[in-house]
Amino acid sequence: MKERSIKNTQYIILAIIALMFVLPLIWLILASLDTNASQALNMPTNWTLGNFKDVLSSNRNLRGFGVGMVISLIQATVVVLITGLAAYPLSRYKLSYKNVFMYSILFMTALPMIAVIVPVYKMFLTIHILDSITGVILYLSATSLPYGIWLMKNFMDGVPIELEEAAKIEGANIMQTLKMVIAPLMFPGICVTFIFTFSGSWGNFFVPYILLSSQNKLPASVLLYQYFGQHGTISYGPLAAFSIIYAVPSILLYILSQRYMSKGFNLAGASKG
Amino acid sequence: MSQHSYKIEQLKYDLKKSILLIPAIALMIGFFIIPIFMTVYYSFTNLALTGSNAKNFQFIGLLNYKTMFTDPRMWASVFHTLIFLVGSLIGQSLIGFFVAYFMQKKDQTFRSIVGPCILAGWVMPEIVVALCCFAFFDTSGTMNAILQTMNIPGVKWLYAHPMLTVILANIWHGTAFSMLNYQSALGNVSSSITEAARVDGATRVQTLFRVTIPCIKDTIATNTMLNTLSTLGVFGLIWAMTGGGPGNATTTLPIYMYFQGLKNFQLGQGTAIGMVLLLVGAIFSVIYTKTLGNED
Repeated sequence: MKERSIKNTQYIILAIIALMFVLPLIWLILASLDTNASQALNMPTNWTLGNFKDVLSSNRNLRGFGVGMVISLIQATVVVLITGLAAYPLSRYKLSYKNVFMYSILFMTALPMIAVIVPVYKMFLTIHILDSITGVILYLSATSLPYGIWLMKNFMDGVPIELEEAAKIEGANIMQTLKMVIAPLMFPGICVTFIFTFSGSWGNFFVPYILLSSQNKLPASVLLYQYFGQHGTISYGPLAAFSIIYAVPSILLYILSQRYMSKGFNLAGASKG
Repeated sequence: MSQHSYKIEQLKYDLKKSILLIPAIALMIGFFIIPIFMTVYYSFTNLALTGSNAKNFQFIGLLNYKTMFTDPRMWASVFHTLIFLVGSLIGQSLIGFFVAYFMQKKDQTFRSIVGPCILAGWVMPEIVVALCCFAFFDTSGTMNAILQTMNIPGVKWLYAHPMLTVILANIWHGTAFSMLNYQSALGNVSSSITEAARVDGATRVQTLFRVTIPCIKDTIATNTMLNTLSTLGVFGLIWAMTGGGPGNATTTLPIYMYFQGLKNFQLGQGTAIGMVLLLVGAIFSVIYTKTLGNED
Protein backbone atom coordinates (compact mmCIF):
# COMPACT_ATOMS: atom_id res chain seq x y z
CA MET A 1 0.00 0.00 0.00
CA LYS A 2 2.71 2.46 1.05
CA GLU A 3 4.89 1.35 -1.85
CA ARG A 4 2.02 2.06 -4.20
CA SER A 5 1.31 5.57 -2.92
CA ILE A 6 5.02 6.48 -3.18
CA LYS A 7 4.95 5.36 -6.78
CA ASN A 8 1.80 7.38 -7.48
CA THR A 9 3.31 10.50 -5.91
CA GLN A 10 6.33 10.10 -8.16
CA TYR A 11 4.09 9.84 -11.20
CA ILE A 12 2.20 12.96 -10.18
CA ILE A 13 5.33 15.05 -9.52
CA LEU A 14 6.92 13.96 -12.80
CA ALA A 15 3.70 14.78 -14.65
CA ILE A 16 3.57 18.26 -13.07
CA ILE A 17 7.20 18.95 -14.02
CA ALA A 18 6.55 17.79 -17.57
CA LEU A 19 3.43 19.94 -17.77
CA MET A 20 5.28 23.04 -16.54
CA PHE A 21 7.98 22.40 -19.13
CA VAL A 22 5.59 21.95 -22.00
CA LEU A 23 3.20 24.83 -21.18
CA PRO A 24 5.28 27.60 -22.84
CA LEU A 25 5.45 25.42 -25.94
CA ILE A 26 1.70 24.79 -25.98
CA TRP A 27 1.21 28.54 -25.69
CA LEU A 28 3.48 29.04 -28.68
CA ILE A 29 1.50 26.60 -30.82
CA LEU A 30 -1.95 27.86 -29.80
CA ALA A 31 -0.96 31.53 -30.12
CA SER A 32 0.29 30.91 -33.65
CA LEU A 33 -3.14 29.55 -34.62
CA ASP A 34 -5.15 32.30 -32.92
CA THR A 35 -6.41 35.41 -34.72
CA ASN A 36 -6.37 37.25 -31.42
CA ALA A 37 -3.44 35.78 -29.50
CA SER A 38 -2.34 37.24 -26.16
CA GLN A 39 0.51 36.53 -23.72
CA ALA A 40 -1.54 33.97 -21.82
CA LEU A 41 -2.34 30.43 -22.81
CA ASN A 42 -5.85 30.42 -24.30
CA MET A 43 -7.88 28.19 -26.54
CA PRO A 44 -8.22 30.23 -29.75
CA THR A 45 -11.76 31.42 -30.34
CA ASN A 46 -11.01 31.87 -34.04
CA TRP A 47 -8.62 29.28 -35.40
CA THR A 48 -6.52 30.50 -38.29
CA LEU A 49 -3.47 29.86 -40.41
CA GLY A 50 -3.38 33.55 -41.21
CA ASN A 51 -0.46 34.23 -38.89
CA PHE A 52 1.72 31.83 -40.86
CA LYS A 53 0.52 33.36 -44.10
CA ASP A 54 1.37 36.85 -42.82
CA VAL A 55 4.84 35.81 -41.74
CA LEU A 56 5.61 34.06 -45.00
CA SER A 57 4.23 36.85 -47.19
CA SER A 58 6.74 39.36 -45.84
CA ASN A 59 9.85 39.65 -47.98
CA ARG A 60 11.87 40.74 -44.99
CA ASN A 61 11.03 37.52 -43.13
CA LEU A 62 11.69 35.30 -46.13
CA ARG A 63 15.02 37.01 -46.54
CA GLY A 64 15.80 36.44 -42.87
CA PHE A 65 15.11 32.72 -43.14
CA GLY A 66 17.07 32.60 -46.39
CA VAL A 67 20.10 34.38 -44.94
CA GLY A 68 20.00 32.10 -41.88
CA MET A 69 19.86 29.06 -44.19
CA VAL A 70 22.78 30.29 -46.29
CA ILE A 71 24.95 31.01 -43.23
CA SER A 72 24.15 27.69 -41.58
CA LEU A 73 24.48 25.54 -44.72
CA ILE A 74 27.80 27.06 -45.81
CA GLN A 75 29.18 26.99 -42.30
CA ALA A 76 28.21 23.35 -41.74
CA THR A 77 29.69 22.35 -45.12
CA VAL A 78 32.94 24.21 -44.44
CA VAL A 79 33.23 22.66 -40.99
CA VAL A 80 32.56 19.13 -42.25
CA LEU A 81 35.15 19.46 -45.04
CA ILE A 82 37.86 21.01 -42.88
CA THR A 83 37.34 18.74 -39.89
CA GLY A 84 37.13 15.71 -42.18
CA LEU A 85 40.63 16.53 -43.46
CA ALA A 86 41.96 17.37 -40.01
CA ALA A 87 40.61 14.19 -38.45
CA TYR A 88 42.62 11.96 -40.78
CA PRO A 89 46.15 12.62 -39.48
CA LEU A 90 44.83 12.79 -35.92
CA SER A 91 43.15 9.44 -36.28
CA ARG A 92 45.72 7.56 -38.39
CA TYR A 93 49.25 8.83 -37.67
CA LYS A 94 51.38 8.68 -34.54
CA LEU A 95 51.92 12.43 -34.26
CA SER A 96 54.06 13.47 -31.31
CA TYR A 97 51.81 16.42 -30.51
CA LYS A 98 48.55 14.52 -30.84
CA ASN A 99 47.62 14.36 -27.16
CA VAL A 100 48.47 17.99 -26.54
CA PHE A 101 46.48 18.95 -29.62
CA MET A 102 43.43 16.94 -28.65
CA TYR A 103 43.44 18.32 -25.12
CA SER A 104 43.77 21.87 -26.44
CA ILE A 105 40.83 21.20 -28.76
CA LEU A 106 38.74 19.88 -25.89
CA PHE A 107 39.75 22.90 -23.82
CA MET A 108 38.69 25.21 -26.64
CA THR A 109 35.28 23.57 -27.07
CA ALA A 110 34.38 24.63 -23.56
CA LEU A 111 35.57 28.27 -23.62
CA PRO A 112 32.75 30.85 -23.55
CA MET A 113 33.34 32.42 -26.96
CA ILE A 114 31.38 35.54 -26.13
CA ALA A 115 34.38 36.64 -24.04
CA VAL A 116 36.36 37.54 -27.17
CA ILE A 117 33.57 39.16 -29.19
CA VAL A 118 34.79 42.71 -28.47
CA PRO A 119 38.24 42.25 -30.06
CA VAL A 120 36.64 40.23 -32.86
CA TYR A 121 34.44 43.23 -33.56
CA LYS A 122 37.51 45.47 -33.65
CA MET A 123 39.40 43.01 -35.84
CA PHE A 124 36.49 42.79 -38.30
CA LEU A 125 36.35 46.58 -38.37
CA THR A 126 40.06 46.81 -39.15
CA ILE A 127 40.09 44.23 -41.95
CA HIS A 128 36.75 45.51 -43.33
CA ILE A 129 34.64 42.41 -42.91
CA LEU A 130 32.27 43.92 -40.36
CA ASP A 131 28.65 43.67 -41.49
CA SER A 132 29.60 40.94 -43.94
CA ILE A 133 27.91 37.54 -44.08
CA THR A 134 31.21 35.96 -45.16
CA GLY A 135 32.82 37.33 -42.01
CA VAL A 136 30.09 35.82 -39.86
CA ILE A 137 30.47 32.47 -41.60
CA LEU A 138 34.25 32.50 -41.12
CA TYR A 139 34.00 33.35 -37.45
CA LEU A 140 31.24 30.83 -36.75
CA SER A 141 33.15 28.13 -38.66
CA ALA A 142 36.37 28.76 -36.74
CA THR A 143 34.63 28.61 -33.39
CA SER A 144 32.86 25.36 -34.21
CA LEU A 145 36.00 23.65 -35.53
CA PRO A 146 37.25 22.38 -32.14
CA TYR A 147 34.07 20.46 -31.41
CA GLY A 148 33.86 19.32 -35.03
CA ILE A 149 37.42 17.97 -34.99
CA TRP A 150 36.72 16.20 -31.72
CA LEU A 151 33.60 14.52 -33.16
CA MET A 152 35.11 13.65 -36.54
CA LYS A 153 38.28 12.22 -35.04
CA ASN A 154 36.27 9.94 -32.77
CA PHE A 155 34.03 8.81 -35.60
CA MET A 156 37.04 8.18 -37.85
CA ASP A 157 38.68 6.10 -35.13
CA GLY A 158 35.72 3.78 -35.53
CA VAL A 159 36.46 3.10 -39.21
CA PRO A 160 38.66 -0.01 -39.46
CA ILE A 161 42.07 0.67 -40.98
CA GLU A 162 42.15 -2.61 -42.96
CA LEU A 163 39.78 -1.25 -45.61
CA GLU A 164 42.07 1.67 -46.21
CA GLU A 165 45.07 -0.57 -46.71
CA ALA A 166 43.16 -2.42 -49.39
CA ALA A 167 42.54 0.89 -51.15
CA LYS A 168 46.19 1.84 -50.80
CA ILE A 169 47.31 -1.40 -52.43
CA GLU A 170 45.09 -0.59 -55.36
CA GLY A 171 46.90 2.73 -55.72
CA ALA A 172 44.52 5.23 -54.15
CA ASN A 173 46.01 8.38 -52.62
CA ILE A 174 44.88 9.86 -49.31
CA MET A 175 42.25 12.17 -50.79
CA GLN A 176 40.75 9.34 -52.84
CA THR A 177 40.78 7.05 -49.81
CA LEU A 178 39.09 9.72 -47.71
CA LYS A 179 36.43 10.31 -50.33
CA MET A 180 35.80 6.78 -51.56
CA VAL A 181 36.45 4.61 -48.50
CA ILE A 182 36.30 6.55 -45.26
CA ALA A 183 33.58 9.12 -45.97
CA PRO A 184 30.92 6.56 -46.96
CA LEU A 185 31.75 4.43 -43.91
CA MET A 186 31.52 7.30 -41.48
CA PHE A 187 28.49 8.86 -43.15
CA PRO A 188 26.51 8.87 -39.88
CA GLY A 189 29.40 10.68 -38.18
CA ILE A 190 29.53 13.25 -40.96
CA CYS A 191 25.78 13.78 -40.59
CA VAL A 192 26.08 14.25 -36.83
CA THR A 193 28.86 16.83 -37.25
CA PHE A 194 26.90 18.59 -39.99
CA ILE A 195 23.70 18.66 -37.94
CA PHE A 196 25.41 19.86 -34.76
CA THR A 197 27.16 22.66 -36.62
CA PHE A 198 24.04 23.61 -38.55
CA SER A 199 21.82 23.73 -35.46
CA GLY A 200 24.37 25.70 -33.49
CA SER A 201 24.62 28.23 -36.28
CA TRP A 202 20.86 28.40 -36.95
CA GLY A 203 20.14 29.07 -33.29
CA ASN A 204 23.05 31.46 -32.77
CA PHE A 205 22.03 34.97 -31.94
CA PHE A 206 24.92 36.98 -30.56
CA VAL A 207 27.40 36.54 -33.41
CA PRO A 208 25.15 37.89 -36.20
CA TYR A 209 23.60 40.39 -33.78
CA ILE A 210 26.98 41.92 -33.01
CA LEU A 211 28.79 41.49 -36.32
CA LEU A 212 25.98 42.40 -38.75
CA SER A 213 24.08 45.67 -38.95
CA SER A 214 22.42 46.06 -42.39
CA GLN A 215 18.76 45.11 -42.18
CA ASN A 216 18.93 43.01 -45.34
CA LYS A 217 21.73 40.83 -43.97
CA LEU A 218 20.09 39.82 -40.70
CA PRO A 219 19.23 36.14 -40.20
CA ALA A 220 15.97 34.92 -38.63
CA SER A 221 17.35 34.86 -35.08
CA VAL A 222 18.13 38.58 -35.09
CA LEU A 223 14.82 39.44 -36.83
CA LEU A 224 12.87 37.59 -34.15
CA TYR A 225 14.77 39.52 -31.50
CA GLN A 226 13.96 42.79 -33.24
CA TYR A 227 10.26 41.91 -33.36
CA PHE A 228 9.91 41.50 -29.62
CA GLY A 229 13.13 42.56 -27.92
CA GLN A 230 12.37 46.26 -28.24
CA HIS A 231 9.31 45.64 -26.08
CA GLY A 232 6.84 47.91 -27.87
CA THR A 233 3.38 46.61 -28.68
CA ILE A 234 3.81 43.00 -29.60
CA SER A 235 1.43 41.09 -31.87
CA TYR A 236 1.85 37.65 -30.42
CA GLY A 237 0.09 35.66 -33.14
CA PRO A 238 2.50 36.39 -36.02
CA LEU A 239 5.43 36.33 -33.61
CA ALA A 240 4.51 32.82 -32.46
CA ALA A 241 4.08 31.71 -36.07
CA PHE A 242 7.51 33.15 -36.94
CA SER A 243 9.04 31.35 -33.96
CA ILE A 244 7.54 28.02 -34.98
CA ILE A 245 8.78 28.31 -38.57
CA TYR A 246 12.17 29.30 -37.20
CA ALA A 247 12.26 26.44 -34.67
CA VAL A 248 11.17 23.68 -37.06
CA PRO A 249 14.64 23.06 -38.59
CA SER A 250 16.16 22.80 -35.10
CA ILE A 251 13.56 20.26 -34.00
CA LEU A 252 13.74 18.17 -37.18
CA LEU A 253 17.53 18.09 -37.13
CA TYR A 254 17.54 17.06 -33.48
CA ILE A 255 15.28 14.10 -34.24
CA LEU A 256 17.41 13.22 -37.27
CA SER A 257 20.63 13.40 -35.24
CA GLN A 258 19.19 10.92 -32.72
CA ARG A 259 18.79 8.41 -35.55
CA TYR A 260 22.37 8.86 -36.72
CA MET A 261 23.78 8.91 -33.21
CA SER A 262 22.56 5.40 -32.48
CA LYS A 263 23.87 4.11 -35.81
CA GLY A 264 27.09 6.09 -35.69
CA PHE A 265 29.15 3.81 -33.53
CA ASN A 266 28.37 0.53 -35.27
CA LEU A 267 31.08 0.55 -37.89
CA ALA A 268 33.11 -2.47 -36.88
CA GLY A 269 30.96 -4.75 -39.05
CA ALA A 270 32.34 -3.33 -42.30
CA SER A 271 35.64 -5.21 -42.21
CA LYS A 272 33.96 -8.57 -41.68
CA GLY A 273 31.92 -8.58 -44.89
CA MET B 1 73.46 11.70 -31.27
CA SER B 2 70.75 9.14 -31.86
CA GLN B 3 68.45 10.95 -29.42
CA HIS B 4 68.89 14.15 -31.40
CA SER B 5 68.36 12.65 -34.82
CA TYR B 6 65.35 10.76 -33.52
CA LYS B 7 63.77 14.05 -32.56
CA ILE B 8 64.46 15.53 -35.99
CA GLU B 9 63.03 12.44 -37.64
CA GLN B 10 59.91 12.76 -35.53
CA LEU B 11 59.63 16.46 -36.38
CA LYS B 12 59.94 15.72 -40.09
CA TYR B 13 57.32 13.00 -39.76
CA ASP B 14 54.98 15.32 -37.82
CA LEU B 15 55.30 18.09 -40.41
CA LYS B 16 54.84 15.78 -43.35
CA LYS B 17 51.82 14.11 -41.89
CA SER B 18 50.13 17.32 -40.70
CA ILE B 19 49.37 18.89 -44.07
CA LEU B 20 45.68 17.99 -43.83
CA LEU B 21 45.48 19.85 -40.53
CA ILE B 22 46.59 23.15 -42.06
CA PRO B 23 43.16 24.55 -43.06
CA ALA B 24 41.75 23.80 -39.61
CA ILE B 25 44.73 25.25 -37.79
CA ALA B 26 44.84 28.36 -40.01
CA LEU B 27 41.16 29.12 -39.47
CA MET B 28 41.41 28.53 -35.73
CA ILE B 29 44.49 30.73 -35.40
CA GLY B 30 42.90 33.53 -37.42
CA PHE B 31 39.49 33.67 -35.80
CA PHE B 32 39.94 31.95 -32.47
CA ILE B 33 43.50 32.16 -31.12
CA ILE B 34 44.31 35.68 -32.36
CA PRO B 35 41.13 37.14 -30.84
CA ILE B 36 42.09 35.53 -27.53
CA PHE B 37 45.52 37.18 -27.64
CA MET B 38 43.95 40.44 -28.74
CA THR B 39 41.65 40.27 -25.72
CA VAL B 40 44.70 40.07 -23.50
CA TYR B 41 46.51 42.84 -25.39
CA TYR B 42 43.64 45.33 -25.72
CA SER B 43 42.78 44.96 -22.06
CA PHE B 44 46.04 46.80 -21.29
CA THR B 45 45.31 49.69 -23.69
CA ASN B 46 42.98 52.70 -23.81
CA LEU B 47 41.60 51.64 -27.20
CA ALA B 48 38.24 53.19 -28.03
CA LEU B 49 35.93 52.48 -30.94
CA THR B 50 35.64 56.13 -31.99
CA GLY B 51 37.48 59.38 -31.32
CA SER B 52 41.21 59.97 -31.02
CA ASN B 53 41.80 56.85 -28.94
CA ALA B 54 40.54 54.71 -31.80
CA LYS B 55 43.70 55.22 -33.85
CA ASN B 56 46.35 56.35 -31.40
CA PHE B 57 45.69 54.07 -28.53
CA GLN B 58 48.33 53.56 -25.89
CA PHE B 59 49.51 50.96 -23.47
CA ILE B 60 48.10 51.96 -20.10
CA GLY B 61 49.15 49.03 -17.95
CA LEU B 62 46.65 47.88 -15.40
CA LEU B 63 44.48 50.98 -15.55
CA ASN B 64 41.52 49.17 -17.15
CA TYR B 65 41.66 46.57 -14.43
CA LYS B 66 41.91 49.25 -11.76
CA THR B 67 38.90 51.08 -13.21
CA MET B 68 37.05 47.81 -13.56
CA PHE B 69 37.59 46.63 -10.03
CA THR B 70 36.65 49.98 -8.51
CA ASP B 71 33.50 50.18 -10.65
CA PRO B 72 30.45 49.31 -8.53
CA ARG B 73 28.56 48.26 -11.67
CA MET B 74 31.28 45.72 -12.37
CA TRP B 75 30.89 44.18 -8.93
CA ALA B 76 27.12 44.20 -9.39
CA SER B 77 27.59 42.27 -12.66
CA VAL B 78 29.91 39.77 -10.99
CA PHE B 79 27.30 39.29 -8.28
CA HIS B 80 24.48 38.91 -10.85
CA THR B 81 26.55 36.42 -12.81
CA LEU B 82 27.09 34.33 -9.67
CA ILE B 83 23.39 34.36 -8.78
CA PHE B 84 22.44 33.47 -12.35
CA LEU B 85 25.06 30.72 -12.41
CA VAL B 86 24.22 29.15 -9.06
CA GLY B 87 20.46 29.41 -9.61
CA SER B 88 20.68 27.85 -13.07
CA LEU B 89 23.06 25.09 -11.93
CA ILE B 90 20.93 24.08 -8.97
CA GLY B 91 17.70 24.16 -10.96
CA GLN B 92 19.00 22.37 -14.04
CA SER B 93 20.95 19.70 -12.16
CA LEU B 94 18.33 18.94 -9.52
CA ILE B 95 15.37 18.80 -11.89
CA GLY B 96 17.46 16.98 -14.50
CA PHE B 97 18.63 14.40 -11.99
CA PHE B 98 15.22 14.08 -10.36
CA VAL B 99 13.49 13.38 -13.66
CA ALA B 100 16.21 10.99 -14.85
CA TYR B 101 16.23 9.10 -11.54
CA PHE B 102 12.51 8.69 -11.04
CA MET B 103 11.78 7.94 -14.68
CA GLN B 104 13.96 4.83 -14.59
CA LYS B 105 11.36 2.23 -13.76
CA LYS B 106 8.28 3.98 -15.00
CA ASP B 107 5.79 2.97 -17.60
CA GLN B 108 7.18 3.14 -21.15
CA THR B 109 4.35 5.29 -22.52
CA PHE B 110 4.68 7.70 -19.59
CA ARG B 111 8.42 8.00 -20.23
CA SER B 112 7.94 8.66 -23.92
CA ILE B 113 5.61 11.56 -23.06
CA VAL B 114 7.58 13.16 -20.19
CA GLY B 115 10.98 12.98 -21.97
CA PRO B 116 10.02 15.07 -25.02
CA CYS B 117 8.24 17.62 -22.78
CA ILE B 118 11.53 18.36 -21.01
CA LEU B 119 13.46 18.24 -24.30
CA ALA B 120 11.19 20.85 -25.90
CA GLY B 121 12.83 23.80 -24.18
CA TRP B 122 16.30 22.48 -25.01
CA VAL B 123 15.79 21.93 -28.73
CA MET B 124 14.36 25.43 -29.25
CA PRO B 125 16.68 28.20 -30.47
CA GLU B 126 17.72 30.63 -27.74
CA ILE B 127 15.59 33.55 -28.94
CA VAL B 128 12.47 31.40 -29.22
CA VAL B 129 13.09 30.33 -25.62
CA ALA B 130 13.35 34.00 -24.68
CA LEU B 131 10.06 34.80 -26.42
CA CYS B 132 8.20 31.84 -24.85
CA CYS B 133 9.42 32.74 -21.38
CA PHE B 134 8.87 36.46 -21.92
CA ALA B 135 5.21 35.77 -22.69
CA PHE B 136 4.90 33.07 -20.01
CA PHE B 137 6.10 35.41 -17.25
CA ASP B 138 4.41 38.53 -18.57
CA THR B 139 2.11 40.26 -16.08
CA SER B 140 -0.87 38.96 -18.04
CA GLY B 141 0.89 35.78 -19.07
CA THR B 142 0.33 32.10 -18.41
CA MET B 143 2.20 31.94 -15.08
CA ASN B 144 -0.03 34.55 -13.46
CA ALA B 145 -3.11 32.93 -14.99
CA ILE B 146 -2.15 29.68 -13.25
CA LEU B 147 -1.55 31.48 -9.97
CA GLN B 148 -4.95 33.14 -10.24
CA THR B 149 -6.73 29.81 -10.55
CA MET B 150 -5.14 28.93 -7.20
CA ASN B 151 -6.24 32.29 -5.75
CA ILE B 152 -2.67 33.55 -5.53
CA PRO B 153 -2.33 37.18 -6.69
CA GLY B 154 -0.28 37.70 -9.85
CA VAL B 155 3.31 38.91 -9.77
CA LYS B 156 5.06 41.32 -12.14
CA TRP B 157 7.73 38.72 -12.79
CA LEU B 158 9.96 40.69 -15.15
CA TYR B 159 9.94 43.79 -12.93
CA ALA B 160 9.67 42.49 -9.40
CA HIS B 161 11.83 39.35 -9.80
CA PRO B 162 13.76 39.78 -13.06
CA MET B 163 16.72 37.63 -11.99
CA LEU B 164 14.50 34.76 -10.86
CA THR B 165 12.63 35.00 -14.15
CA VAL B 166 15.72 34.75 -16.36
CA ILE B 167 17.03 31.90 -14.17
CA LEU B 168 13.74 30.03 -14.65
CA ALA B 169 14.00 30.64 -18.41
CA ASN B 170 17.52 29.26 -18.41
CA ILE B 171 16.37 26.24 -16.40
CA TRP B 172 13.65 25.63 -18.96
CA HIS B 173 16.26 25.81 -21.71
CA GLY B 174 19.02 23.77 -20.03
CA THR B 175 17.47 21.05 -17.87
CA ALA B 176 17.18 18.50 -20.68
CA PHE B 177 20.97 18.46 -21.12
CA SER B 178 21.45 17.41 -17.48
CA MET B 179 18.59 14.95 -17.74
CA LEU B 180 20.14 13.25 -20.78
CA ASN B 181 23.55 13.06 -19.08
CA TYR B 182 22.11 11.60 -15.90
CA GLN B 183 19.89 9.19 -17.81
CA SER B 184 22.85 7.63 -19.56
CA ALA B 185 24.95 7.62 -16.38
CA LEU B 186 22.18 5.99 -14.35
CA GLY B 187 21.68 3.47 -17.12
CA ASN B 188 25.28 2.36 -16.61
CA VAL B 189 24.90 1.81 -12.86
CA SER B 190 24.39 -1.93 -12.67
CA SER B 191 21.12 -2.73 -10.96
CA SER B 192 22.75 -5.68 -9.21
CA ILE B 193 24.76 -3.25 -7.04
CA THR B 194 21.75 -1.22 -5.97
CA GLU B 195 19.69 -4.37 -5.44
CA ALA B 196 22.46 -5.85 -3.30
CA ALA B 197 22.42 -2.71 -1.15
CA ARG B 198 18.64 -3.01 -0.77
CA VAL B 199 18.92 -6.70 0.19
CA ASP B 200 21.50 -5.75 2.81
CA GLY B 201 18.86 -3.55 4.41
CA ALA B 202 19.74 -0.10 3.07
CA THR B 203 16.75 2.19 2.62
CA ARG B 204 15.98 3.67 -0.76
CA VAL B 205 17.44 7.04 0.29
CA GLN B 206 20.61 5.40 1.66
CA THR B 207 21.04 3.45 -1.58
CA LEU B 208 20.68 6.64 -3.58
CA PHE B 209 23.24 8.63 -1.57
CA ARG B 210 25.71 5.88 -0.68
CA VAL B 211 25.64 3.75 -3.85
CA THR B 212 24.07 5.39 -6.87
CA ILE B 213 25.45 8.93 -6.51
CA PRO B 214 29.07 7.81 -5.82
CA CYS B 215 28.81 5.63 -8.94
CA ILE B 216 27.96 8.60 -11.17
CA LYS B 217 30.19 11.24 -9.55
CA ASP B 218 32.26 11.67 -12.72
CA THR B 219 29.11 12.49 -14.68
CA ILE B 220 28.05 14.93 -11.97
CA ALA B 221 31.43 16.67 -12.25
CA THR B 222 31.45 16.85 -16.07
CA ASN B 223 27.84 17.91 -16.23
CA THR B 224 28.39 20.68 -13.68
CA MET B 225 31.46 21.97 -15.54
CA LEU B 226 29.68 22.03 -18.90
CA ASN B 227 26.63 23.73 -17.41
CA THR B 228 28.86 26.29 -15.70
CA LEU B 229 30.67 27.07 -18.93
CA SER B 230 27.53 27.39 -21.01
CA THR B 231 25.78 29.48 -18.34
CA LEU B 232 28.75 31.86 -18.14
CA GLY B 233 28.33 32.53 -21.86
CA VAL B 234 24.57 33.18 -21.82
CA PHE B 235 23.86 36.46 -23.58
CA GLY B 236 20.91 36.32 -26.00
CA LEU B 237 18.42 34.83 -23.55
CA ILE B 238 18.88 37.60 -20.97
CA TRP B 239 19.41 40.33 -23.54
CA ALA B 240 16.16 39.54 -25.35
CA MET B 241 14.08 39.07 -22.18
CA THR B 242 15.23 42.02 -20.06
CA GLY B 243 18.04 43.83 -21.89
CA GLY B 244 20.00 43.51 -18.64
CA GLY B 245 17.39 45.47 -16.71
CA PRO B 246 15.28 46.74 -15.16
CA GLY B 247 18.06 49.08 -14.06
CA ASN B 248 20.95 46.67 -14.07
CA ALA B 249 19.16 43.88 -12.19
CA THR B 250 19.99 41.20 -14.78
CA THR B 251 23.25 42.62 -16.12
CA THR B 252 25.63 39.67 -16.07
CA LEU B 253 29.26 39.85 -17.20
CA PRO B 254 28.65 39.16 -20.92
CA ILE B 255 26.00 41.87 -20.98
CA TYR B 256 28.13 44.37 -19.11
CA MET B 257 31.03 43.58 -21.43
CA TYR B 258 28.87 44.21 -24.49
CA PHE B 259 27.61 47.39 -22.92
CA GLN B 260 31.01 48.83 -22.03
CA GLY B 261 32.86 47.62 -25.11
CA LEU B 262 30.39 48.08 -27.93
CA LYS B 263 27.71 50.46 -26.61
CA ASN B 264 29.95 52.87 -24.70
CA PHE B 265 32.72 52.30 -27.28
CA GLN B 266 35.36 51.61 -24.60
CA LEU B 267 36.99 48.59 -26.21
CA GLY B 268 39.80 48.49 -23.64
CA GLN B 269 37.29 48.38 -20.80
CA GLY B 270 35.17 45.83 -22.61
CA THR B 271 38.08 43.50 -23.25
CA ALA B 272 39.18 43.73 -19.62
CA ILE B 273 35.75 42.38 -18.66
CA GLY B 274 36.13 39.79 -21.41
CA MET B 275 39.42 38.75 -19.81
CA VAL B 276 37.64 38.02 -16.54
CA LEU B 277 35.14 35.82 -18.38
CA LEU B 278 37.92 34.16 -20.33
CA LEU B 279 39.99 33.41 -17.23
CA VAL B 280 37.08 32.02 -15.25
CA GLY B 281 36.07 30.02 -18.33
CA ALA B 282 39.63 28.75 -18.79
CA ILE B 283 39.85 27.56 -15.18
CA PHE B 284 36.61 25.61 -15.43
CA SER B 285 37.59 24.34 -18.85
CA VAL B 286 40.89 22.97 -17.53
CA ILE B 287 39.06 21.17 -14.73
CA TYR B 288 36.60 19.80 -17.28
CA THR B 289 39.37 18.61 -19.62
CA LYS B 290 41.13 16.94 -16.69
CA THR B 291 38.04 15.12 -15.42
CA LEU B 292 37.31 13.90 -18.91
CA GLY B 293 40.95 12.88 -19.40
CA ASN B 294 40.90 10.82 -16.22
CA GLU B 295 37.88 8.89 -17.38
CA ASP B 296 39.61 7.53 -20.48
